[in-house]
Amino acid sequence: MTAVAESLQLQLTPPVRYLLRWADTCLIHAQRLSEWCGHGPVLEEDIALSNMALDLIGQARGLLTRAAELEGQGFDEDQMAFLREEPDYFNLTLVEQPMRRSSAHSPGGDFADTVVRNLLLATWLKLAWQRLSSSADAELAAIAAKALKEARYHQQHAADWAVRLGDGTAESQRRMQAALDKAWPYVGELFAADEVDAAAAAAGLGPSRAELREPWRAEVQAVLDEATLALPAEVPFVATGSQGRHSEHMGFILAEMQSLQRRYPGGTW
Amino acid sequence: MNTSTTATTTRSEWPLWEIFVRPKAGLDHKHCGSLHAPDAKMAVQMAREVYTRRQEGSSVWVVRSSDIVASDPGDKDMLFDPAEDKVYRHPTFYELPEAVNHM
Repeated sequence: MTAVAESLQLQLTPPVRYLLRWADTCLIHAQRLSEWCGHGPVLEEDIALSNMALDLIGQARGLLTRAAELEGQGFDEDQMAFLREEPDYFNLTLVEQPMRRSSAHSPGGDFADTVVRNLLLATWLKLAWQRLSSSADAELAAIAAKALKEARYHQQHAADWAVRLGDGTAESQRRMQAALDKAWPYVGELFAADEVDAAAAAAGLGPSRAELREPWRAEVQAVLDEATLALPAEVPFVATGSQGRHSEHMGFILAEMQSLQRRYPGGTW
Repeated sequence: MNTSTTATTTRSEWPLWEIFVRPKAGLDHKHCGSLHAPDAKMAVQMAREVYTRRQEGSSVWVVRSSDIVASDPGDKDMLFDPAEDKVYRHPTFYELPEAVNHM
């Protein structure tokens, strides 16, 4: 009598993978951000973080729907979001790292960790949306045009906090720099282009991630300068979440996200 | 023991800001509430989150609550009562054209 939803068997062509990378990065980042709901440092910031999580879920929904259309078996956004196995998620490893909440595997993070991650990602996503808004895929271009406005705000909000905390007290600066150093090893992946990127760029679907490196560095550097924070040195490590090879934290997020849809297939509010 | 060097400037709470939102171009900014924020720029961002996230606004003003000068409630009679029986002060003797929506 126990129904359990089966996992999707997807045809992961390069364009589908390309879309899922953006979609899953938004989806998992949103899941992490939503950990702040009810726990924000002040009511106003609690609402701000929750709103950003909702914006990102909205972006993920559009992208997952479009990815499913390109995939061609008629799956919907919920199936795409909740019924894949871990290796079929292609988000950046950075977004699956513990954010606020502690667990058996992590002490959790502070508000500085969240501000830093938001700044690094919102800047990256904004640059991506700018380029995706002229995609040869009209649907993707429309999603990007809408998301761009949201990402600009996310970036501004994160940058404002980064400056206030970085150029704040000795304690807030120490925490911000520590958060930056902690996130930094995962940054290499943001620009690690491969054959999926090359195919997307050649087809006019969207930019290669490599394209984003220089403008990203310039924008992040400008914020960090104002925040009196130091850009950490480059590290050779390149994370592999966008290849479907995830860190130990991914399975726990998916278990939490999927349990309901797995146990009650097709369940709705 | 010297405790004077441990003086902390940390404030326990951010200042209060009054928020005014303009629903759309052509209308006035209306007071819609207040919130705490560390400075003016963050107050604008917070106001956007708290008061305009369902597209209620096209413009936001924020004012430090402490900068608002209010009338004394004790002066209410003196300041406001006399207007009531002076009908000539009220623009009720002519009809507005239909096109004037937001008087």
